[in-house]
Amino acid sequence: MKKIISSIKLYKHYVSINIRCIMQYKTSFFLTAVGQFLISFSTFLAIFFMFQRFSSVVGFSYSEVLLCFAIILMEFSLAEMFARGFDLFPSAVRSGEFDRIMVRPQNEILQVLGSKFELTRIGRMVQAVVVFIYGITKCDVVWNFPKILTVVFMLIGGTAVFSGLFLIYAALCFFTLDGLEFMNVFTDGAREFGKYPIGIYGEKMLLFTTFFIPYTLIQYYPLLYILGKRMSALYIFLPLFACWFLIPAMLLWKFGVRHYASSGS
Amino acid sequence: MKKYLSFFRLRFVMGLQYRVAALAGIVTQFVWGAMEIMMFCAFYQTDSAAFPMTLSATSSYIWLQQAFLAFFIAWMMESEIFDSIVNGNIAYELCRPVSIYNMWFARSIANRLSRAVLRCFPILLVAVFIPEPYGIAAPASLLHFVLFLITLILGLMVMVSLCMLIYVLTFFTVSPQGLRILFNSTVEFFSGALIPLPFFPEKVQRIMELLPFASTQNVALRIYSGSMSRNEMEKAIVLQVSWLAVITLIGKGLCQAAEKRVTVQGG
Amino acid sequence: MITMEHVCKSYRIAKRNAGFGEACKALFHREYETIHALSDVSFSIHDGEMVGYIGPNGAGKSSTIKILSGILTPDSGTVLVDGRIPYRNRLEHVSRIGVVFGQRSQLWWDVPVIDSFALLKDIYSISNTQYQQSLEELTELLDLKELLRSPARQLSLGQRMRCEIAASLLHRPRILFLDEPTIGLDAVSKLAVREFILKQNKIFGTTVILTTHDMQDIEALASRIILIGKGRILMDGTLDNIKKGNGDIDRTIAELYRSYEIS
Repeated sequence: MKKIISSIKLYKHYVSINIRCIMQYKTSFFLTAVGQFLISFSTFLAIFFMFQRFSSVVGFSYSEVLLCFAIILMEFSLAEMFARGFDLFPSAVRSGEFDRIMVRPQNEILQVLGSKFELTRIGRMVQAVVVFIYGITKCDVVWNFPKILTVVFMLIGGTAVFSGLFLIYAALCFFTLDGLEFMNVFTDGAREFGKYPIGIYGEKMLLFTTFFIPYTLIQYYPLLYILGKRMSALYIFLPLFACWFLIPAMLLWKFGVRHYASSGS
Repeated sequence: MKKYLSFFRLRFVMGLQYRVAALAGIVTQFVWGAMEIMMFCAFYQTDSAAFPMTLSATSSYIWLQQAFLAFFIAWMMESEIFDSIVNGNIAYELCRPVSIYNMWFARSIANRLSRAVLRCFPILLVAVFIPEPYGIAAPASLLHFVLFLITLILGLMVMVSLCMLIYVLTFFTVSPQGLRILFNSTVEFFSGALIPLPFFPEKVQRIMELLPFASTQNVALRIYSGSMSRNEMEKAIVLQVSWLAVITLIGKGLCQAAEKRVTVQGG
Repeated sequence: MITMEHVCKSYRIAKRNAGFGEACKALFHREYETIHALSDVSFSIHDGEMVGYIGPNGAGKSSTIKILSGILTPDSGTVLVDGRIPYRNRLEHVSRIGVVFGQRSQLWWDVPVIDSFALLKDIYSISNTQYQQSLEELTELLDLKELLRSPARQLSLGQRMRCEIAASLLHRPRILFLDEPTIGLDAVSKLAVREFILKQNKIFGTTVILTTHDMQDIEALASRIILIGKGRILMDGTLDNIKKGNGDIDRTIAELYRSYEIS
């Protein structure tokens, strides 16, 4: 317990030093944040114009898709904000920065998490929140406590799943630095195609994204509950189950660190 | 001309070197294309009457887009060029007896070509064997295919000339970052990279087609599957050529002004 | 007390061949080349010793340092540092050693140096009183007073190196590994760094292991020299052992490298 408290304290210290660094370059921070907003704004526009032509997609209306898009975007930008250190990990391995982490008496994951707190993703977050509110006003969802709780759990579970993916990406860097581009399919791809409820991609995709990488647990199924298409209270807690994904990610990371210790590459 | 060709060759060979990265890129783009087609299929199943192209033409559009991604993505600009402008290394380039604009133009074309060459064939090859209407269909006619090739190259040149504007404008701004991001999202949206232009409402589409961004990927990818009428094709090609001329002229003009600025201010 | 006995370490490196066909083949079948970074390395270092660890590039210096600091696991042999096996219980081990990588920075670029120190205080869980005391001593010895409030990016290389060294000593390690600590420094800074290391050793009895290509460093600091080449210990002795007459130190070392055919 004492260890957890001191870890949290240390992480807070990391975040604060990161923010102080960012504030040295306010203009650049502001521009990048606006840029992050713009990038996801064009995605929003694409959805908007698709629904000028189509009134629904496989049973989901425009406003329902907006809620879906906003939630996945929030999940993704939260993960990027916190776990960006893993995203930048290839250069840390290449430059030997990881040796520095290894000679410090703290958990490596904590140190990598602390190495970069990407506040610029606030731009994406703002976009997501605005779309979310817009979606709520257009949608006839009756909001109650369980539904709000579901959204909160979705954000927790979603951040965990995306962070897990970043962690896997970083762990793979211990073995090879070539060709890791394909991991984008699971991170950027999930954000991009997860703007629509996964159900529209068919049964097989639902199976894959439930049991291989649990996207449906943080997107499709809890969304069905929020939209009133499913009633069972089980759906509220599904996003929390998605956190299991962190376990294999962590194991792979541990394995990677051990490989690093024996190969020193 | 010869010196630009040798510059071109150098970049081209450099681009060919990263083979594992290319393989990963091919897999990524392949999955991406497949997902995109599944997405459009969902809309098609929901309301096929509202679908503006045939499903097969949409699939062809998407596979070609993935195969020639390196031609048309906006963010594939060269950081070396940005760096040289920001840190002043540009001074060396100014000492050489070549036009900066032409050199960078050749370099960018080579870079994009080398990446596309490695990646396009495997993607196209697999896409050919995917059954109708999800794979890539044969071109509408031989004429369409020839026009596709011509407009593809024209589109690449328009794209590079647009990027050149951004490089050159960097001389006049403090930080190119904001400019680049704005450029990226504009191009992505208006060129038909997110959704093909026919999916936009008709009025919006008509305006978008006149903009230089539509002269990049939109023309070639739509001509291939025959989703443009003869009249439309003629208009689109004329537009492509004119935009290429106009943007190149503006770029060259700005470049000269920038060079003057650099020599006057001493970097 | 540091002991290494019969330590071996080898790496497998994938061969890369030119040509497109070869590259395609490499996707399915890779040929490996084994490189023996360390073969049968043994030595022991007593508390409070200052040892210069020298050898040409790729001789195995950094592999040794990495093994001693717990980053790398050896293939065979035994390693003991103050009774600990570094790679077995790494977290505990590294809280008692200090490492300076001369070519890399551990300071946060854009915030005052003192902020980086404060973070290290939390990373190493240093108590308030000990932190204050270490900070005062190091500020005094390394003359950091003027530097602590400026961001690392505004410091000269020499000033930054002084701060780097202080950063590695805040938690009062009994053993200090210095990997090329004077690389790229001007004459004044080099002298300051050397002087400090001497003092640190004298006052606190810190064991210092130093790798360097700068033979003046060795002359000034190391009473003992371990020479490594092609993964083997070639010589372990004092500077006087190798010096013939009053020849130039660089020349002496170059001759030594040549005589062992490792240059």
